[in-house]
Amino acid sequence: MQGSEARGAEVRGSETAQQKIGAWTEQVTVGIDRPAQGLFAVSLALKLLSLGPLLILALIVALIGSVTPSFLSPGNLSNIAAQTAVIAIVAMGQQLVILTKGIDLSVGANLAFATVMGGLMYRVADSSAAVILTMILTGGLVGAVNGIVYVYGRLPHPFIITLATLSICRGLALEFSVGHTTMRGMPDVVTFLGGEASLGLPNSFFVVAGVALLILVMTKSMVWGRWIYAVGGQPVAALEMGIPVKGVLVSVYVMSGLCAGIGAVALAGRTAAGSPLYGNLLELDTIAAVIIGGASFLGGRGHLGHALIGAVMIGVIRNALNLLGVDVFFQMIAIGTIIVLAVEADVLRNYLEGRSRVLQARRSQ
Amino acid sequence: MTLMTATPVLSVRHAHKRFGAVHALRDVGLDAYRGEVLALLGDNGAGKSTLVKCISGVHSLDEGEILLDGEPTALHSPATARDAGIETVYQDLALFDNLTPAQNFYCGRELSYPNWLPRPLRFLRKRPMDREAAAVIERLKVRLPKFDAPVALMSGGQRQAIAVARATVFARKLVILDEPTAALGVRESRKVLDLIAQLRDEGNAVILITHNMEHVVELADRAVVLRQGLKVGELKPERANQQDMVAMIVGAEA
Repeated sequence: MQGSEARGAEVRGSETAQQKIGAWTEQVTVGIDRPAQGLFAVSLALKLLSLGPLLILALIVALIGSVTPSFLSPGNLSNIAAQTAVIAIVAMGQQLVILTKGIDLSVGANLAFATVMGGLMYRVADSSAAVILTMILTGGLVGAVNGIVYVYGRLPHPFIITLATLSICRGLALEFSVGHTTMRGMPDVVTFLGGEASLGLPNSFFVVAGVALLILVMTKSMVWGRWIYAVGGQPVAALEMGIPVKGVLVSVYVMSGLCAGIGAVALAGRTAAGSPLYGNLLELDTIAAVIIGGASFLGGRGHLGHALIGAVMIGVIRNALNLLGVDVFFQMIAIGTIIVLAVEADVLRNYLEGRSRVLQARRSQ
Repeated sequence: MTLMTATPVLSVRHAHKRFGAVHALRDVGLDAYRGEVLALLGDNGAGKSTLVKCISGVHSLDEGEILLDGEPTALHSPATARDAGIETVYQDLALFDNLTPAQNFYCGRELSYPNWLPRPLRFLRKRPMDREAAAVIERLKVRLPKFDAPVALMSGGQRQAIAVARATVFARKLVILDEPTAALGVRESRKVLDLIAQLRDEGNAVILITHNMEHVVELADRAVVLRQGLKVGELKPERANQQDMVAMIVGAEA
């Protein structure tokens, strides 16, 4: 930056005092380019912070593994994978919503409603394809309602509409299941996907991997994904740059709903049943997973890996505390505490980025 | 000033804009020519930003018309304005903190393939975008700490330079800069002024909004002064008439 400034001042040969000062400081500082040590420390801290969730997960696994060896047995690990699958799938959708500064509180009730709709479809037709499609489309439809009412209803925040659909979906699920708390029976493919294992891994693990791959390609390689980050980073700028902000916002709620529908397939498959009571507090688990995993609640930051790491962390902590015989109440306290830490880490990250900006400016002065 | 005989790349004629009871633009007209810097001056609330937002497609005019190269043009949205070759560097920079400089450059008009897919579902051509952005950064001699770091980590001057550089990539006719040096120190301002001169030398028309009279005298070929939504004067800025300009802006007797 400095070299050309000097040139500019010389070429124009103007006599303004500002330029004289500019040219003068130029001669003093040119070529020095101080290595800002503070800057190095700040970037190191930022890097550590971005690796934090993964390091903490590794630490927890190592710690629990050394205390209770049965934790690391293949059987238990595949157990964790199966238990984590539903949270992981739904959290990946929640992640997209949170990227746009939003929140989807309806995912748990949506999932329950989808399993009930799947159960109803199973009574009509013993077709795996029809049941799976019903569940996924139900999820997607609820997501579309969330997105459309939020955007075109000009709501200030998605909190209220998704809270409303949480209530509506739970009510619809209870109504449609006509008093049964479980609707037994799911077609073959559903129980295969949700409940059985291949190659020593639960099939739901492969469902997670499939959804992850799809979302990875969409967010990292497609224009749509870039737009999600733009809308989440700076909505006003996104409008000014001609990005269809409304469409992008609706699309993330649809994606979140579709993920809830896929989660419904996995859960209904594992239990071979649908139930209006499924997915209770799943919205909190998935939001927690995304935040614990290291995504920013302020939008624009985060990726698939964060949702997955967070989901695994929740699964591992629950499983380990069960193995250790710790009270279930304590699990809730533990997860709540970790959420607080994760959010504070996000605040710290913002502070450090501010420091970095200041140090950059000082270096180029 | 020999260019004055050519067709202006942008003409605004009899522009009116109202926001409720506020008459923000009252019969404003201006012309901008290639290779020329036009300063748009006025106190806060004079209508500069409103006029600029009408030209860049954010607002639409209630009355009056906008001509591009002599052709009446409807600029319904920022996207149509950009497609027409008008680039705007907004006061808020319209940068995405969470994206890298290259991603910022192309945000909203990413190079992508295949063309038969709807745009959101196309795949990004990341490498050509990175290469082009790097080339522009290099050509404009903007020094950045790291090319692949998010813009959030960069200083005010570096961010401003990125926003101006983005405009230079895509500008084909007109670049509008809304107070590009307002938040910058002396040295960083210098850099941005150099970029503006470069934009002009590359044959763009430049509209510059600023409160800094030094910058106006140094860079602008003409100045249009707005006050309370009215165009109150147009002159050639020189050191000698700097006081007149200030008087026009605040509405005092010259």
